[in-house]
Amino acid sequence: MVTAVLQPGGEAATALYIVAFSLFIIGLKRGTHPTSAKQGNLIAAAGMAVAVVTTLLLDGMGNWGLIIIGLAGGSAIGFIASVRVQMTEMPQMVALYNGVGGGAVALIAWSELRHGISLGGDIPLEELIPTLLAAVIGSVSFWGSNIAFAKLQDLIPTKPLAVPGQQVINALLVVAILAACVDLVINNGDPSQGLFIAILIAAAILGNLVVLPIGGADMPVVISLLNAFTGLSAAAAGFALENVALIVAGTLVGSSGTILTMEMATAMNRSVSNILFSGFGGAPAAAAGSAETRPHVSIGAQDAAIKLAYADTVVIVPGYGLAVAQAQHAIKEVGDELEKRGVTVNYAIHPVAGRMPGHMNVLLAEADVPYEQLKEMEEINPEMPRTDVAVVVGANDVTNPAAQNDPDSPIAGMPIIEVNQAQQVIVIKRSMSPGFAGIDNDLFYEPNTSMLFDDAKKAAADIAAEIQNL
Amino acid sequence: MSLMTELAILVLAAFVGFEVISKVPTTLHTPLMSQTNAIHGIVMLGGLIVLGYANDPLEYVIGTIAVAFGAINIVGGFMVTDRMLGMFSKKPKPKADADGKGGS
Repeated sequence: MVTAVLQPGGEAATALYIVAFSLFIIGLKRGTHPTSAKQGNLIAAAGMAVAVVTTLLLDGMGNWGLIIIGLAGGSAIGFIASVRVQMTEMPQMVALYNGVGGGAVALIAWSELRHGISLGGDIPLEELIPTLLAAVIGSVSFWGSNIAFAKLQDLIPTKPLAVPGQQVINALLVVAILAACVDLVINNGDPSQGLFIAILIAAAILGNLVVLPIGGADMPVVISLLNAFTGLSAAAAGFALENVALIVAGTLVGSSGTILTMEMATAMNRSVSNILFSGFGGAPAAAAGSAETRPHVSIGAQDAAIKLAYADTVVIVPGYGLAVAQAQHAIKEVGDELEKRGVTVNYAIHPVAGRMPGHMNVLLAEADVPYEQLKEMEEINPEMPRTDVAVVVGANDVTNPAAQNDPDSPIAGMPIIEVNQAQQVIVIKRSMSPGFAGIDNDLFYEPNTSMLFDDAKKAAADIAAEIQNL
Repeated sequence: MSLMTELAILVLAAFVGFEVISKVPTTLHTPLMSQTNAIHGIVMLGGLIVLGYANDPLEYVIGTIAVAFGAINIVGGFMVTDRMLGMFSKKPKPKADADGKGGS
């Protein structure tokens, strides 16, 4: 077969691992610029190929049949899933891939422990402690990610599910896990495998309990956090296996994931601890209760088309509803029709529009909306008073003026796209029902707001047709 | 490799991660999260190593599942990232909406 066989931990293997993680770093760096991002992803993938091939060439590797089964089976599943997934389902896909990564780490840790026991004698602490860390974090990440996936896929209710005495149970679980870990470390000459499995299960319950009470609106932050966790657990596994590629790559993901998490939380004006320890949807019942049916203006596609066609500047504000309705192509058509008539069209992207930062950009780019027309919130808000018509498509909470006006609102302080500053607002929405945060939106009752009740895709197609007829 | 060397590597890698990622346009948050997600698929190496040196039935099962999980993470992660970023690349032809999966 292959003549050159690498020694585990030897110079050749380590050198190749260094090549691999250098490619990861270059890939990530390229990934931060729109023009080089695609290339960056390929560079990182090349690094992964180097790392995998290096590992396969390690001396003494066996069980090739099983390795091929695992590699082929996993690759096939990953390939099919990523080809089939729709752009709107990206967030849950990331959650799922993240989960299996965490699951792999937990399994590796278990296998490492068995390996240590089978060798007999004391397991060195610098191997045992990272193994335990990897097991706990990996298991939490696996189960937490699966819950996040299930929530985004609507397999379980997206509403926060609170268990009574939640915080106490979580704290007790953490204490129990720590105590069990300490026990294993003290008895490192003969660690109990049963206790280790109990740790895996306790961490699994913890992962479930931490994510279940979190509402769908906060899920992106949670996925990003779990992503960082999986990275850290991979690094811990790297310590246990003394594998430099795992240590560097895992740590890179841990630190970069932490940054992404903080940026997302900042965009929502919430702290990470706030998201994790206080269910979002706790307050909405009170807010919704006060809403006796307030008067609002309802219009049809033709009225909307007229308002838009005779405007000078139009800002389109897309939200998750656009993604759900797959309306990105239809809305682009509206934009095209308006531009033909000399109207200036821009798209205002809230940092957390959709279910992940950048989600809307991906969708609109898919519909060939030029990059220059996508404006970030800070860029577009000063333009709002000079905007003739703002069109809100399937967005809700990110336009709610209550965030600025009502200090008691659950979303108070969250930065919003100030569509209420525009001369006129058209809101395309299926009904008056509240958005993800479960709170009423004052914007809908403003005198200069018109509601167009329809599916986002159909409404956009109708408006585009009406504009053509004008 | 001594523990202290490993810790030094860990700390340096953490700082590299912070430096490389800070100041990313919001546009790229989702693809970048997806890419970092794919990179932690590196755990598959751990799966390969434990499976490659495994010698009892339970470890065969654990190792095979770990490798499969890792492979899903790697292949799915990089491919989904590529699909997302493909949306940003300049289209050479004016209308090349051939993939049709995400569209209407």
